[in-house]
Amino acid sequence: MNATSRLLPVAATTAVFLIGFLICSLTFPNFASLRVVMNLFTDNAFLGIVAVGMTFVIISGGIDLSVGSVIGFSTVFLAIAIERWGVPPLAAFALILVISALFGAAMGAAIEYFELPPFIVTLAGMFLARGASFLMSTESIPITADLYSHLAEQALRLPGGARLTVPAMVMILVVAGGMVLLHLTRFGANVYALGGSRVSTALMGVNVTRTTVLIYTLSSALAGLSGIVFSLYTSSGYSLSAVGVELDAIAAVVIGGTLLSGGYGFVFGTFVGVLIQGLIQTYISFDGSLSSWWAKIATGLLLFAFIGFQQVTLGLARRSRRHATGGAHA
Amino acid sequence: MTPSDTPTDDRRDPAPLLELAGFSKSFAGFKALDGVRLTLRHGEVHALLGENGAGKSTLIKCMTGVVHRDAGTLRLDGALIAPRSAAEATQAGLATVYQEVNLAPNLSVAQNLFLGRQPTRFGLVREGEMRRRAAAVLAGFDLNIDVAAPLESYSVAVQHIVAIARAVDQSARVLILDEPTASLDAHEVEILFAVMRKLKARGIGIVFVTHFLDQVYAICDRITVLRNGRLAGSATTAELPRLDLVKMMLGRELAHATAERALAAASGEAAGGREAAFAAFEGYGKAGYVAPFDLALRPGHVVGLAGLLGSGRTETTRLVFGAATADTGTAIVDGAKVALASPAEALHLGFGYCPEERKTEGIVAELTVRENIVLALQAKRGALKPLSRREQDEIAARFIRLLDIRPPDPERPIGLLSGGNQQKALLARWLATQPRLLILDEPTRGIDVGAHAEIIALIRRLCTEGMALLVVSSELEEIVTYADEVIVLRDRHHVARLTGEAITVPGILAAIAADAPAGEQAA
Repeated sequence: MNATSRLLPVAATTAVFLIGFLICSLTFPNFASLRVVMNLFTDNAFLGIVAVGMTFVIISGGIDLSVGSVIGFSTVFLAIAIERWGVPPLAAFALILVISALFGAAMGAAIEYFELPPFIVTLAGMFLARGASFLMSTESIPITADLYSHLAEQALRLPGGARLTVPAMVMILVVAGGMVLLHLTRFGANVYALGGSRVSTALMGVNVTRTTVLIYTLSSALAGLSGIVFSLYTSSGYSLSAVGVELDAIAAVVIGGTLLSGGYGFVFGTFVGVLIQGLIQTYISFDGSLSSWWAKIATGLLLFAFIGFQQVTLGLARRSRRHATGGAHA
Repeated sequence: MTPSDTPTDDRRDPAPLLELAGFSKSFAGFKALDGVRLTLRHGEVHALLGENGAGKSTLIKCMTGVVHRDAGTLRLDGALIAPRSAAEATQAGLATVYQEVNLAPNLSVAQNLFLGRQPTRFGLVREGEMRRRAAAVLAGFDLNIDVAAPLESYSVAVQHIVAIARAVDQSARVLILDEPTASLDAHEVEILFAVMRKLKARGIGIVFVTHFLDQVYAICDRITVLRNGRLAGSATTAELPRLDLVKMMLGRELAHATAERALAAASGEAAGGREAAFAAFEGYGKAGYVAPFDLALRPGHVVGLAGLLGSGRTETTRLVFGAATADTGTAIVDGAKVALASPAEALHLGFGYCPEERKTEGIVAELTVRENIVLALQAKRGALKPLSRREQDEIAARFIRLLDIRPPDPERPIGLLSGGNQQKALLARWLATQPRLLILDEPTRGIDVGAHAEIIALIRRLCTEGMALLVVSSELEEIVTYADEVIVLRDRHHVARLTGEAITVPGILAAIAADAPAGEQAA
C-alpha cells in the first residue's frame, strides 16, 4: 500500500459520512444545523472515547472485548462512591481512572506473560467487570452531586442555539490526543510495528511486553473515562449500562478504515466511524416511525460494505506493487 | 569467482574482531554444539557452513544470546561480552539479519530504520529529520528510494538492504547474515554482495550463512565448517578447494585422485532409454524452485537424487508428485501428456510419496499401525467405498509380515513404534496402493543402523518387482548400493547424471563440488 491507497479507506469513510449527512439534510428540513452536529458529538461522546482506545488495540493486532463492561462498572462505582460512601466526585473520577487503568494493565500482562490470545483474556475481563458491577448493585442509582448538575449545564454556547457540552469536549480532546500519540510518537510507531509483525518488532529491540501492557492500559483507562462521561450523560450508575458497546466500538474502528488484522488505520477514521453510527441513529429519531433496530441493520450493512471495500483496495495495492518492484533500486 | 579477488584477507591480523571459544550447548542430553570456536577478523566475510542440524543456527543464537549457551566465551575487540537477548547483542555491536526480513512491512522505510530511536522533540517524532537521515543512510548503500513509502512496497532485496542498513547504523561492528540470499534472484544477490563489499571496506566483520557454494567462493575470505555440532574445520577460501569443502561438510575422507577420476567418468554421459519410461519429465521446472530438468523413471529402475541440503532434491520430488506445480516443461506418463497439478492426480496415476519429515508429514501418531497402513489406499478409493474391517485386517497383517514390522501388533498406536518400524509402516501405506512409482525422501533418516539395511533390502526388492523408484538420500554409501542412476543437484540445478560404473561415492562428491558453470546463481 502506498501513501495514497493507505488514506483511501479514511477518505471513503469521510465521503460516506458527508453523503449520509447530505441525504439527511435533504430529507429533513432543519437537519443541516450546527445544533444537530453538536448533539451528534454529545450523544456519541462515550462511544468516541472508547473507540479511540480500541483503535490502538486493533492496530496492534489485538482486540478488547471488556470495554463495554468497564464502562458499566465505572458508572456503578461512581454512583456508589459518590452517593453511598460520600467520596467527592473529582476524587471518585481519579479513583475509577486508576482502577480501570490497572485492570487494563492486568489484562495486557496476562496476554504477554501467559501468551494468551487477547480475545480470551478480554472476554474474561468482560465477564469479570460486568459481574463486579452486578455485585455492587443491580439497580440504577441516581447521582445527585452538585458537580454533576453543574457539569451538565456547562457548555460552550455556539451560534444557532448549539452547545458544545463537556462530554463532547472530552471526546474531542481524546480524539486529538489519540491522533498525536498514535501518529507522532515512538509509542505510536511501536503500536503499528506490533500489528505489522510481532516477532520482527521484538527482534528490532522494541520492548513488546511494555508496549502491549500500555496499549491495554490505555484502552481500559479510556473506557473508565468513557464511564465518567456516560454517568454525566445519564446522571446515574447502572450495572446494565453500555452492554455491547465494545462491539459498537469495534464496528466504528473497522468502518473507519482500520484493518481488523492490525497494522493499518487512523484515529480520525474511527472518529468518523463513530459519527456515521450516530448519524444513523439521528436519522431514525428524526424519522420517528422507524424502529430503532434499523440502526443495527444499517451498521451491519455498512460493516460488510467496508470490509469488502478494504479487501478490494488491498488487492489492488498488492497488484500494483507487483508491477512496481524491481525498478526500486537505483 | 576466484578467491584471489579478496584483497583484504588480512590473515595475520594480530587483533581479531570477534573471538568465540569453547561454545557448547546441549538440548536434553543431545549435544547441539561441542567446543566450537570461530575467529572473525576486521573487514572479513566469513562463511559459516554445514549440513542441516550441523549447529549453525544454534551457534548464531548462542552468540546473540537468544539461546543461553552451556559454556564458551565471546570476545569483541578483546573485551568479553555476554548479550542476553537480540536487543543486547545489537547494543554490543553484534547484529543479525535473518532470511525472513525482520522488519515491520507496514511501516515506512524511515520508521523501520529508526524504530525505537527516532529523533524526537518534546516526545514527538521529528518526521522530516528522520526521513532526511534515513535517505542519507541508504545513500551510503547506493539506494535512492522514497523513504516515506511503506517497506512492503519494495522488493525483498531492498528490504534486506534496509535491514542491513538498520543493523549497521546501530553501530554494528559484526554483522551476521543468516541465509539472506535464499529468497533472492541472481541480480538481487549481486546487489547484496555489493553492499557486503562496502561494509567490508568499512572494516565490519560479516558472518555469512548460506547453502550456495558458488556464493561462498564469490565473496567469502574464510570458511568455517560445522558438522554434528563440532568444528569440522576452518580455512581461508584460497586454501580450501571445493572438493575438500564438500568432504568437510559431509565428513567423508576420500583420496583426491579417485574423486578426480570419478568426476571425469561422471561427465561422460551414458546409457538410459533401454526400457520404455513409465513416467518422463522433459524440461520440467519451476522458476525460483528448481531449474528445468529431464527425468525418466522406468519400471524396475532406481533413480537416486544426491546433493547438499537446499540443492533442490526435495523440491524435485515435490514437483514430480504434483505437490508443487511446474511452470515449464511437460510430464508424460504411459506415453500421454499429463498435468500434474495436485498430489491427488499423482496418486491417481499410480504415484506414491514418502516425505522426509516422517513425524510431521507422514505418520498419524495417534492412529494404529493398521489405520496408518490403510490410509492412502482408502484415500485412493474415495470415502464412498470404505474398506471393510476384514479387508483392513488382511492388508495390515500382510504388510506387517512382509516388512517385518515390530511389534507385529496392528492395533498399536504407531507413535509407540521405533523410527525404523514407523518408516516401514509408512512404506507399507504406499505399497498397499500398489503404486507404479514410489518416491522416497530420505527413507533412512533418523532410524537405527540395522533398520537401514532392511529398508535398503526392501528398496532393492521393490525394484525387482517392477516398481519405479525415485529416492532422495544424503547417505551416499547407500545410494550407490541400490541406484541404477544418480542425479546430482547443486544450487537447484540438476548438474550431473551418473549411470552404471560411474556411480561411486567419490564420483557423486566430485559432482557436488564441481566448479561447473551450471550454478549461474552468483555469476
